[in-house]
Amino acid sequence: MRGARALAWREIVRFLRQPSRIVGAFAPPLLAWLLLGVGFGSSFRVPGAGGTSYLTWFFPGTVVLVVLFAAIFSTISVIEDRREGFLQAVVVSPVSPFAVAAGKILGGTLLALAQGGALLLLAPLLGYAPSVAALAPALLVLAFVALALTGLGLTIAWMLESTQGFHAIINLFLIPMWFLSGSFFPAEGAPGWLRAAMAVNPLTYGVAALRRALDPTAAGLPSSALSVAVTFAFAAGAALAATAVITRYPAGPDRATRGSRRKKP
Amino acid sequence: MSARPLVSVEGLSRTWGDRLALDRVTFDVAPGELFALLGPNGGGKTTLFKLLATLIPPSEGTFRVDGLSPDGSLREFRRRLGVVFQSPSLDRKLTVLENLLVHGAILGLGGHALRSRAGELLSRMGVDDRARDLVETLSGGLARRVEIAKALLGAPKVLLLDEPSTGLDPLARRSLRALLAELARAGTTVLLTTHLFDEAEAAGRIGILDRGRLVALGSPADLKREVGGDVLVLVTESADLATALSAEIAAFLGPDPAPAPGSHPGPHPGRVTALGPTVRIERPDGPALVPALAASFAGRFRSLTLGAPSLEDVFVDRTGHPFEDAPTDDGRAA
Repeated sequence: MRGARALAWREIVRFLRQPSRIVGAFAPPLLAWLLLGVGFGSSFRVPGAGGTSYLTWFFPGTVVLVVLFAAIFSTISVIEDRREGFLQAVVVSPVSPFAVAAGKILGGTLLALAQGGALLLLAPLLGYAPSVAALAPALLVLAFVALALTGLGLTIAWMLESTQGFHAIINLFLIPMWFLSGSFFPAEGAPGWLRAAMAVNPLTYGVAALRRALDPTAAGLPSSALSVAVTFAFAAGAALAATAVITRYPAGPDRATRGSRRKKP
Repeated sequence: MSARPLVSVEGLSRTWGDRLALDRVTFDVAPGELFALLGPNGGGKTTLFKLLATLIPPSEGTFRVDGLSPDGSLREFRRRLGVVFQSPSLDRKLTVLENLLVHGAILGLGGHALRSRAGELLSRMGVDDRARDLVETLSGGLARRVEIAKALLGAPKVLLLDEPSTGLDPLARRSLRALLAELARAGTTVLLTTHLFDEAEAAGRIGILDRGRLVALGSPADLKREVGGDVLVLVTESADLATALSAEIAAFLGPDPAPAPGSHPGPHPGRVTALGPTVRIERPDGPALVPALAASFAGRFRSLTLGAPSLEDVFVDRTGHPFEDAPTDDGRAA
């Protein structure tokens, strides 16, 4: 597991040495939170949220958005690694593809969790949790959300040749998934088809679990047990899918590579 | 070859779609040898490199390193290889030492043993003073040295390099050549691909690849000796003029007087060839021919040079065509 640990460590060091990535991960979600939160705050009341302001209500969804952005950035690094050539040396080394998968998943998840967790520290200021220690359950939920989104990103990115392709997937799939997760508007009061889409979206349950961890009195959400169970299953499924695709195609889109499951030419 | 070969390649072929990129290539490399695969782009060098590096499987044929086949345990096989790619594989955002430590961990090394091995290799490559610098601050030549240090971390039996001097300035190229020669002297078997004659010249033995086939195999000195005699080159104004002139010169010279002992029978009897706007003549009595040609064909050529055969002459002698990139190359196998 030395290889996996080193690859995960590399992800984190690379992140810390690229300040633009830190800004890129925090700035857009925070900007969205402040502008949308303050802008909508005067006009909208969230049904079932009592007297909570929109800015406060929107906060857990923003934390999830930071995690999503972090996961996207770290999975884009797979495509860069391949283009810059780092992965080619890994592919012909005696390392097991499982260690590569574990390293990538672990590194990406830790980075996403650290970024989401850093934002979560603001929660007590917004009246969410009485103390930083009370944030522990929320952090645990966030860890599974980070694992789920990193695994999902890796599963998609591993077989892509270019970042352009990934941008299309981000805009058409990952961002809509966040929009329909109960982060931005609650399911309550939405039209039936939208509610149905939100109900089948596994991220909905991650956001719900996070809301419940931060505010046990939150209403209009799936039950705690269901939210935690789906989030756990989402994380496990995404991690397994990423591991499967990486071990099956160690060299990614170049399926002619030795060790990929493909017939001899 | 006296010693048991470290690398043995037998009947290796590879197709890309309909194109045969490598056609039944067979050769051995002895332990501690510096072996160069020379050929124009599209000749099959990189395909052969990718096969040996276990990036792609062959369509036919087998190869072994240290007695092991990649069809057995791929991991065990890969432990015996140190691979340096044409495009850099270093992480530019990590320092030189960090790159080595990450790669060492991937190989399963760690702790003090890894650190001391990394330090030792960096000083052997002459880059120990840059150990704490980010790779992105290194020049191309130094980065290539770090690549080699990285490839040697696992103490491989053979170091495989694909066009290692690509993108290096002449000075860095020369020092790289010296470094590889020194590695081979110290016992590391080095197998590299190149399209540069002077790089191949520095190898102990070379294999010349053309259009997927191995057309020559031996030491540069032996191969040049096999060409025999001297090489005269006449440069004319156009390919048409060269073709006409070569026919007349062939008639003027008559059959090759006495082939040098042990010389290789070339594919074109008479040894007068038109190559583009030049006419190339291989004869054992080169110096004597210079005045005769100058007198008989005065005004028909712009220049006449006489020289000992070069590796380029070996290539032309074996293939009957000039050393240039294959026109059908699809880029993938280049």
